[in-house]
Amino acid sequence: MTLRPRRDGGLDVEPRDFPVNGGGLCRKGWTAAELLSSPDRLTTPLMRASRTAPLEPVSWDAALDRVAAELRRIQDAHGPDAVAVFGGGGLTNEKAYQLGKFARVALRTANIDYNGRFCMSSAAAAVSGALGVDRGLPFPVTDIAQAGTVLLVGANVAETMPPFVRHLPRPGDDRELIVIDPRRSQTARDADLHLQVTPGTDLALANGLLHIAIAEGLIDSEYIAARTTGFAEVRRNVAAYWPERVERITGVPVSEQRAAVRRLAAGRARGGAMVLTARGAEQHSKGVDTVRAFVNLALALGLPGRPGSGFGSITGQGNGQGGREHGQKADQLPGYRRIDDPRARAHVAGVWGVDPADLPGPGRSAYELLESLGTPGGPKAMFVAGSNIAVSAPRAELAERRLAALDFLVVSDLVLSETAKLADVVLPAAQWAEEEGTMTNLEGRVLRRRRAVAPPPGVRTDLEILADLARRLGRPDGFDADPAAVFAELRRASAGGPADYSGITDEMLDSGAPVYWPNPRGRDDLRDDLRDELGDVLRDELREDEPAGGTPRLFADRFATSDGRARFAVVRHRPAAESVDEEFPLQLITGRVLAQYQSGSQTRRIRELREAEPGAFVELHPQLAERLGFAAGQRVRVVSRRGAAWAEVRLSEEIRLDTVFMPFHWPGAQRANLVTNPALDPVSRMPEFKICAVRLEPLLGTADELRPVAA
Amino acid sequence: MSAPRTARAAHRVVIVGAGMAGARLAEEIVQRDPDGRVHVTMLGAEPHRPYNRVQLTNVLAGSMAEDDIPLPVPDEDAVVRLGVAVRAIDRDRRQVITDDGDAVGYDTLVLATGADPLIPPVRGVRTADGGLRPGVFVFRTLDDCRALAAAAEAARRVVVVGGGVLGLEAARGLAGRGLDVCVLHMAPWLMETRLDAEGGKILRAAYRDVGIDVRVDATATEVSGVDRADGVVLDSGERIPADLVVFSCGMRPSTRLAADSGLRVERGIVVDDELRTSDPRIFALGDCAQHPGVAGGLLDSAWEQATVLAELITDPGSTTRYTGSAEVTRLKAADVDLVAMGEVNPDDEQAASVVFSDARRRTYKKLVLRDERLVGAVLLGDDETSGLVTQLFDRGAVAPPDPKVLLFRGLRQGADDSGPDLPDEATVCRCNGVTRGEIVREYTAGARTLDALADRLRSGTGCGSCRGQVAALIADLPADMPAA
Repeated sequence: MTLRPRRDGGLDVEPRDFPVNGGGLCRKGWTAAELLSSPDRLTTPLMRASRTAPLEPVSWDAALDRVAAELRRIQDAHGPDAVAVFGGGGLTNEKAYQLGKFARVALRTANIDYNGRFCMSSAAAAVSGALGVDRGLPFPVTDIAQAGTVLLVGANVAETMPPFVRHLPRPGDDRELIVIDPRRSQTARDADLHLQVTPGTDLALANGLLHIAIAEGLIDSEYIAARTTGFAEVRRNVAAYWPERVERITGVPVSEQRAAVRRLAAGRARGGAMVLTARGAEQHSKGVDTVRAFVNLALALGLPGRPGSGFGSITGQGNGQGGREHGQKADQLPGYRRIDDPRARAHVAGVWGVDPADLPGPGRSAYELLESLGTPGGPKAMFVAGSNIAVSAPRAELAERRLAALDFLVVSDLVLSETAKLADVVLPAAQWAEEEGTMTNLEGRVLRRRRAVAPPPGVRTDLEILADLARRLGRPDGFDADPAAVFAELRRASAGGPADYSGITDEMLDSGAPVYWPNPRGRDDLRDDLRDELGDVLRDELREDEPAGGTPRLFADRFATSDGRARFAVVRHRPAAESVDEEFPLQLITGRVLAQYQSGSQTRRIRELREAEPGAFVELHPQLAERLGFAAGQRVRVVSRRGAAWAEVRLSEEIRLDTVFMPFHWPGAQRANLVTNPALDPVSRMPEFKICAVRLEPLLGTADELRPVAA
Repeated sequence: MSAPRTARAAHRVVIVGAGMAGARLAEEIVQRDPDGRVHVTMLGAEPHRPYNRVQLTNVLAGSMAEDDIPLPVPDEDAVVRLGVAVRAIDRDRRQVITDDGDAVGYDTLVLATGADPLIPPVRGVRTADGGLRPGVFVFRTLDDCRALAAAAEAARRVVVVGGGVLGLEAARGLAGRGLDVCVLHMAPWLMETRLDAEGGKILRAAYRDVGIDVRVDATATEVSGVDRADGVVLDSGERIPADLVVFSCGMRPSTRLAADSGLRVERGIVVDDELRTSDPRIFALGDCAQHPGVAGGLLDSAWEQATVLAELITDPGSTTRYTGSAEVTRLKAADVDLVAMGEVNPDDEQAASVVFSDARRRTYKKLVLRDERLVGAVLLGDDETSGLVTQLFDRGAVAPPDPKVLLFRGLRQGADDSGPDLPDEATVCRCNGVTRGEIVREYTAGARTLDALADRLRSGTGCGSCRGQVAALIADLPADMPAA
């Protein structure tokens, strides 16, 4: 989008005709400028003298001196890992990169992770394992329009990302949309086929669809033989997922399972077929295996790497893709490298001018990090940028208690978010239209974000903050506050990694022509530039020249695995971490609504959006409401083993009879995450946000009930 | 995996039977035992790799290939010996003796010997040596399936004796291969223990629709023919000619080995909630076992038992128990959708039935409720709510107050929100929260085109889906309306 100044000094949003949104904006976009001038905007650092004192305005120097002194004191007493860093998927590439470098070089702590762990980590782990590289969509988003059939799994894009709908099959056209979702969501309502799956059983459904594809002769045997490994074991495994059994596990009728597979095969013959997953399938304690099961299906049908076909995962945050590539993840270094890979360490340490041995190893994953705060052996201080943990973490009440147990918390944010309110020092940061930077969208396309307005007086950018702090921590060099300089360094650090940005120049970004990663720089240029700096480390990593626009479509000839073949994986259904029982007889699922975003710290401050969705609600079927004796608009408590939140009853015939839905955008006692289950995926460490067992109780209206409580 | 599973300290588990129960148990044990503390040996009498018996009717029908029905077997982590029958159990020495004379020692023995087809003592079924007469078949194993499929190639007419689930699936499969099929059933209606009379009647009509003749109250008294079977004679005296006769009259648990070893056997091998037989070192599961919580013959119960037993074997301290299984029957027959579960013929006052019956469309749906819970159901004719109802039954959860929603999908009380009689407060553009009233207001104020409305209201600027609806809405408004 573009901002245009108004005569009254305000700003108007103008949609930009860009391929991803086709010139469209939903109300979140149209109203985004309001946040720039929000009266809630922080314009001065805040600090409290002691943990019990109130937050009070202070100068930048006072705030930064205090932060540096506290971090140093705590590290001196407890070691480098006693200070943790928590980032966000909304940060620009430059900030994400710099935050990772700040943790590893200035703080030398292993303990850095970010809220993308709660978002894309399951898809990332599954797709990396299967296809060798994790780029949300390995093709331009506009390719979706070629596909004859699109299967969406746990993706309600009509509410979460409305302009995306422009690429999908629409009612009445000759293409077909299949949606897998426990709710007949807005997206599902416009689908040609909606599989109203039992929450937590997507994996079994995927295995069942593959079973049918095999039985009905719809798999692509040539493709499987030429481009994959491991199919024989998967074939044996899915033999146990025959349609009638899968119906009993998933609740999806046999006839609909068959229809879904046949439509996918028919779409493949009419332009292509695509399988796209999102958080509904991924935010589970078996999220990685679930994505693997859908990748298996896509591979068996011969989709990835074919024009108009493929597998993808739809990102959830503004920079959900770039944010997971450049090192704010506990196990990762820039360029989507693994921090436990000696070659990656040597390369990045070379760019950073440090000894590889001085780089910390992998740290704790997001929830495990939060759980350890203030515990013996856990971090005693934390620096948070771009994340509102107190609302967005699972089992939020515990997360909040862990934050309170820290000796020192510093938060950089635009507004006094629920997390910032708990901090000892709050640093007012610049936001989207106030600073330069790059983002990488769901297609792996690198975009430039331009500064349109100056930040309000008193506000600094995160890069400035990190530079100031690094200097105070004895690192005067290597933390540039200029985004262009940081991007130049990021390019070098990413060179040779899976997400290679080294060939991306300012001119390319400014031209407006699409630029996708991997985009390695020419071998010769890079060698000349970097030989002195890096020695021989890079020599083997450099690839042949590629076109300036990078790689819009991955996997045309080979997958990014060592042998170039995609990997099938045997995955088995297992129940959700928590099953319903007599005490907690309902399944709770969580998600978003159109007018709000994430923890709501931005969207709740925009009048139009606040009025559209003022508070938490719980959606249930009228038949369930009648049985429980609840009426529309009534306030109820949603109670799980971990805690309770209150919400207004909203009736909908579009939800299963055994399931209730609650969005997670509101704070305090209305936080859905007071209730959610922090059971983690064993591989991605993704918490099970999407499903837990609850009961509903009438809200009596006592003050206690309106306060967040733990069970 | 490379963990040494033959280490001497490992607990030796021997599984007799490599069918669906045995193979599943082996897999469940291996998955729970990454360190190789348990050493599993599975002995299968059939020479084939373990296969999915449930899918044999699909293989017979030609809708699946033999290659499509393997069962996962933990070859690398367990010893799997196929074509090896067990002749005896030496409980004192704790070993089983195979028919080739081998002795295999165990610490824990599991019997998963399955069941054998029951063949009624009908005249002419067997030859003098006790074998089945040529042209007479049973349907249990992969070899049975192959033999029947091969014979079907050259056959035209087939009589299936027995109108239970397996008989009906086999009949449908053979009819799908182009054979003339007649099903004989002794009881007054098909699947008489799973269906009520009305449901059975409509199922019969559905079978006739796909070209299968069904005779109920019909008892076969003789298989006719000189050498080969050439027909079946009914108790009425009528003779139905047939090139093939398939007996599908139920199964009998295979208990010989257990009985010979002195284990307690009634109809099946008697087991408790730990699936333990009368010898504490010996367990039994699947079709050969007799547990009060399950009638037997259903795969789901065998797999649930495998999960429990694997847990108990790998974790001796586990308190998990098997207490029974919900019994759900899902017919696998092309063009006939049927699922039946629980009690469908209740005879007590507390039970209430909800029935929708439309014989013309071969649709019959029945729910049986007791204390607000679903205790039985029949859904015949379509499967739109079969998953929903099965899950409600499985969980024993409280049913919705109006059970209609369990019978039909897509029943919605809410008004259609896209028609011409939209109220003013109805949202037209969801992405931007624009109502019909706002569109009419701006139209009246002079915004007469989609673009003009988009400029003022942002309608249609998100996903774009509502543009057609906005266009239709303004087309209905008077074009000559004076601008306000």
